[in-house]
Amino acid sequence: MDLSTLAPFLVNVVVGGLVLGFVYAIIALGYTMVYGVLQLINFAHSEVFVTGAIVGYEVFRVLEPSPMNGYLKLIIALIAAMIVSGGLNVLIERLAYRPLRNAPKLVPLITAIGVSLILQDLLKIIEGLQGRFDLTYTLPQGFSNKFCATGSSCAAFGDTLRRIGVDLQVKDIILVVVALLSLAVLNYLVNHTRLGRAIRAVAQDRVTAGLMGIDSNRMISATFLIGGALGGVSGVLFGMKFGTVNAYSGFDPGIIAFTAAVLGGIGSIPGAVLGGLLLGVIQNLIGVTNVLGSITGIANLAAIDASYQRIGAFIVLVLILIFKPTGLLGKSNTEKV
Amino acid sequence: MKKFGLTAMMLAGALALGNASAATVIKIATLSPLSGGQSDLGTQIKNGAQLAVNEYKAQFAKLGFDLQLVGYDDQADPATGTASARKIAADKSILAVVGTLNSGVAIPSSAALQPSHVAMVSPANTANQVTDRGLSNMNRIVARDDAQGPAGANFIMSNLKAKKVYIINDKTAYGEGLAKEVEKALKAKNVQVVAYEGTEEKNDFSSIIAKIQLQKPDAVYFGGIYNQAGVFIKQLRDKGLDTPVIGGDGFDSAELATIAGAGANNIYFTTVAAPIDALPAAKIFAGNYQKAFKKPAQGFGAFGYDAGKVVVQGVLAAIKNNGNKLPTRVQVENAIRKGAFSGLLSGSVTFNSVGDRKAAKMYVMNVQGGKYKLATTVNVSAPRN
Repeated sequence: MDLSTLAPFLVNVVVGGLVLGFVYAIIALGYTMVYGVLQLINFAHSEVFVTGAIVGYEVFRVLEPSPMNGYLKLIIALIAAMIVSGGLNVLIERLAYRPLRNAPKLVPLITAIGVSLILQDLLKIIEGLQGRFDLTYTLPQGFSNKFCATGSSCAAFGDTLRRIGVDLQVKDIILVVVALLSLAVLNYLVNHTRLGRAIRAVAQDRVTAGLMGIDSNRMISATFLIGGALGGVSGVLFGMKFGTVNAYSGFDPGIIAFTAAVLGGIGSIPGAVLGGLLLGVIQNLIGVTNVLGSITGIANLAAIDASYQRIGAFIVLVLILIFKPTGLLGKSNTEKV
Repeated sequence: MKKFGLTAMMLAGALALGNASAATVIKIATLSPLSGGQSDLGTQIKNGAQLAVNEYKAQFAKLGFDLQLVGYDDQADPATGTASARKIAADKSILAVVGTLNSGVAIPSSAALQPSHVAMVSPANTANQVTDRGLSNMNRIVARDDAQGPAGANFIMSNLKAKKVYIINDKTAYGEGLAKEVEKALKAKNVQVVAYEGTEEKNDFSSIIAKIQLQKPDAVYFGGIYNQAGVFIKQLRDKGLDTPVIGGDGFDSAELATIAGAGANNIYFTTVAAPIDALPAAKIFAGNYQKAFKKPAQGFGAFGYDAGKVVVQGVLAAIKNNGNKLPTRVQVENAIRKGAFSGLLSGSVTFNSVGDRKAAKMYVMNVQGGKYKLATTVNVSAPRN
């Protein structure tokens, strides 16, 4: 194997990692928003996002026989998942976190893990009642096709993509577009609206914000609503990307997304996105190290196979935290005394 | 008055006659899960053995024996199984046992039965250790775990004619062990193994699939369980790769096709549990089973029947060797280990020195369009004589 086959392969691996990274990034936003406002790591977020994935599955399943446009089905799935996941997140905050608002920090953390376990089994029961466990997404027609198949109107564009080695499916493009749109909306909401300003005020200092007439409980609920809705979106994207989901699938991506949030600097929105994208690419690159090793003839590299993907991601995290403890884009919060 | 005396005398005579002809009871036990989560499979083993006993009842009656079957429960639990085995050992009329379903139960139970020489014939246990301990009483009629890797490798070479194979495992004792066996067998025949790697990943196989796209193997072997393999296959097919994927009995679940969805094509797996319609003689058996138990027979029912037949034929041979008198447990044990048994659904049976079936069969199933069908049967021989 020489460079002419290796270069397109690497481009493909990096592009695939970026697509993967967008899924992690949107999940990571859910962790980072809640942390930014409450300094609480919402471990139940992984189940909030699985709930979104299951709602998405149900919408696609129910709408499968309908001749409706595929993109319309996707929009319905996204909206339904946002409503259910957002609502669920608000409910979790109201029932499990608000009563513990003034308890020591460890207490809500443990509660979050408890909520996560309860939700897993609830989801299993709900799907189990219908005799299902592993849910396989039935995507609308065309979503799994290759992006820019030969003969389509974008053939020239497609040829260019193929020449540089990129192998994408229609659903990958949809995924990136939806992720970017959610980011744009979130950015507008947080930085350019009254609601966003109020949330940022509460995040900075809950007591002082209260003195300025901001109802901090309402703002916290709003944060959980937005974080949950993002979880719903990421759930549907996850289901589209990986094809199957079950009540327990949240754990792995949850941990990776949480790592991504810490890597980027927890509490920072651009940090979560950067962390997600980085982790996606790093994981994919580590996963193919053994091929690179066998091509270059470096025996030590050839020994690093796909089973090192996760470890590699955590090593990167540890290294970055050693040199920059607040994460890549995190700000130190020493001014809060 | 006289008449009454006559009747009484006749009655007494009849009773005495009845006593004289009361047959000696010979019992065959089954040991399998009859309650709990696996009771469905365990009951099939018991029912299958019951059919075998029914078939031979008349023949035993002619020799003056009353052949009966007793079912013992092990709840798929080693401790419960061992306790049941001790009860079996205590019942002197039990000469042999059909069982168990789980290797983990067979290992301690057969050890508990060994001192009293109660022969066991397993219809289902595949763990190597079941017979590798060389117990005089433990036999099995199904292929061993270490036959599965070579069977898979053989199928890859002779049926799929693959020259380059990509091997993945799930990093568990089961999946990694199986993948190692396959790798060994392929390398011995100079088939190129382009990669051998493990992954615990359950969602994202993109980097592995990128490597498969690059290296273009003719087949992928996946040592693992259906829920992980299903997701992998779905993503592989989604990328437009139709490479055949082969696995072991960890693939043997209807869920595999459900998870792989539209990608449930070109999948093969090796298994010891034959589908009923793969056994040529099974049609009559399936009919009898349905009639007797009002349920369709499945693979374990057929193997329960076969194991039952081995046991009953063994006892019959021991009776004949013993001059048509009741044989001892040791005589039955010997007759089973050294005998040749025929008329079984899965062909004839002889055992090697440790109780492995000399020529067992493995079945290669094919999943195509979400449907499971038999691709081929592979003969496997016991690893020693």
